[in-house]
Amino acid sequence: MTNDSSRTWPRVSFDDRMGTVEFRVSPTPHIVVDGDSCRGCSTRACVTACPANLFVPTSDGGIVFNYEQCFECGTCYLVCDTEGAISWSYPEGGHGVVFHAS
Amino acid sequence: MTAAPDPFDVIVVGAGPAGSAAALAVARAGLRVALLERGPFPGSKNMYGGVIYGRVLDQVIPNWWDEIPIQRWITRRGTMILTPTQSLCLDFRSQTWAGPPYNGATALRPDFDAWLAAKAEAAGSVLVTSTVATDVVRDPSGRVVGVVTDRPDPATGASTSALRARVVIACDGVNSFIAKAAGLYPGASEQAEHTTLGVKEVLRLPRESIEQRFNLTGREGADFEVVGCTMDVPGGGFLYTNLDTISVGVVLHLPGLAASKHRPEEILAGFKAHPSIAPFVAGGEIVEYSAHLIPEGGYDQIPTLAGDGLLVAGDAAGLCLAAGVWLEGVNFAIGSGLAAGATAVEAIRSGDTTAARGLAGYRARLEANFVLADHKKLRRVPEFLLSGRAQFQYPQLTCDVVEDLFTVRNPAPKQGIARLAWKSARRSRVRLRDLARDGWTAIRSYG
Repeated sequence: MTNDSSRTWPRVSFDDRMGTVEFRVSPTPHIVVDGDSCRGCSTRACVTACPANLFVPTSDGGIVFNYEQCFECGTCYLVCDTEGAISWSYPEGGHGVVFHAS
Repeated sequence: MTAAPDPFDVIVVGAGPAGSAAALAVARAGLRVALLERGPFPGSKNMYGGVIYGRVLDQVIPNWWDEIPIQRWITRRGTMILTPTQSLCLDFRSQTWAGPPYNGATALRPDFDAWLAAKAEAAGSVLVTSTVATDVVRDPSGRVVGVVTDRPDPATGASTSALRARVVIACDGVNSFIAKAAGLYPGASEQAEHTTLGVKEVLRLPRESIEQRFNLTGREGADFEVVGCTMDVPGGGFLYTNLDTISVGVVLHLPGLAASKHRPEEILAGFKAHPSIAPFVAGGEIVEYSAHLIPEGGYDQIPTLAGDGLLVAGDAAGLCLAAGVWLEGVNFAIGSGLAAGATAVEAIRSGDTTAARGLAGYRARLEANFVLADHKKLRRVPEFLLSGRAQFQYPQLTCDVVEDLFTVRNPAPKQGIARLAWKSARRSRVRLRDLARDGWTAIRSYG
C-alpha cells in the first residue's frame, strides 16, 4: 500500500518533513535519557513511536537521543516501560516547538 | 508567609481553550487572574484534528461567529470505513451549517487560541507568555496556594519563582505537570492505555483545487473521519479543509504503536496513499508537520477534578471526546474552563477553596452540562472503538457485505443481505456473541 509507485504527492524526506517545523531550541535539554537503562531494553518502543524520530539505537545496544526537534508530545515517556529511563519535562518558557499552521 | 498580598486571586496554567475560557470567567467576575502560557504565544504548542464547535460560546461571546478567526464552516461531514482496497462513506451535507448560528468550523490553533486569549485579556486577565509552571506551591496543610514558574525571582536571584493565588486552575494539557504534581494522575503505563498520538500534515493546495475536490463553495468546509486506515495500529484518520490548506492525519493508540513495526509517518503515508484519500491530497505541498497526544479514555479515566485550591480542566482533565461519530475536544475544554472559572470565583467569595466544599461545585457543574453528561453517556465507546473488532473485523465485514451486494454475479441469482452478512461474518471470524454485545453497547451509547 505504501510502495512508491502509489504515491501521487511529492515525496518528502523525513528531514524535509521536520524542516517544516519551527524549533526555538533551548540550550538546556528538557529530556534526559539514561543510556544504561536502555541497554537492557528489548522493546525499544520509543524508537518506533516517537513522531520526531529522536531515539536512535546504537551498535553497542544503547540509545542516542537528541532533544532539539522535539514536538513535546510525551509519547516517549508514556510508551517507555523502563522505570526512570526517560526524564521528561517541558523546555524552558518560550523555547521548543512553535506551531504556526496547525 | 507572604508580607505583601498576592497579586492574583486565581492563576490559570495554560492559555489554550480551557485556560482562556477559565480566565475569561474569572476576569469577568472582577477577580484578578494570571493566565500563564509556556509557548511564545497562545496556540504555539497546540495541535488538533481541526474542527471547533462554537455553540458553547453562545452565552459567553454573543455573535462569536462574526469575529472568530476560522478557516471554513463545516457543511460536509463524512464518516468513512476503509480496508486496504475498499471504502464506504456516509457523506452528509447541510446548507443550514453554512450560515449563522453555524455548527462546526476549521481553524488554526495559533489563530483561534490567540483570539480566545485576547478575549480573556480584554476582560482584565494578565497573559504571561513564555512561562512554564513546573510545580504547585502548597501551604503547610497541603492546600495548593500557587505555582512554581521558570521565571527568575528578581528578589532572590533564584532561577525559579513562585506565584501565589487562592486558586490554581490547571489547563496545561494532556501531559499536565500540575495535575501530576498534585498527585491526580495514574502512572505512565496506565495513562498510555488511554492515550493516542495524533500526527498531522498541513498541505497547501490552491483554494480552487480544494473547492473542486471537496465540492465546496465560498467558506464552506468538509470534514472526513476515517476508521480502518492505520495498518496494524488501532486508531483512525482525518481529513479537513482549511481555506488554502488541508489537514490530513492519523491518530494512533499508544500501546499498539509501541508494539508495531510501523512508524507514525509511515502509517500516515499509507493513509494518504489509499485510493479513496490520494486524489484529495494529491500535489499538496507540506506546510507543517505536527504531533500531539490525545486523552481518549473518556468518563472512566477522568482524573480527580479538584484538590484543595486546585481545579483541572480541558485535556489536563482528560475531557477529549473520542466517540467515533463525535470527535470533539475544544468545546469540552471551553465548557470545563468556564465551569472551573465560575467555581473558583464562587469559592473565593465564600472564603472556602477546599475540594470538599468550596470547589465541590465544579464537578456538579460539569455533570449538569454537556461536559460530563456526554462523557457519561458515551463511557463505553472509547474502549470499544480501539478494540480489534471495531478496528479490523467490522470494517472488513461491512465493506465485504456492501461489495457482495453490489457485485453482479450473473447468471447466479442475487443473494439477500442477511445471507451476505452471515457469510461475511464467518469469513471475518466475527463471533455472534461479540456482535450482539457490541450492538447492545452501541444502542446504549448512541440510542
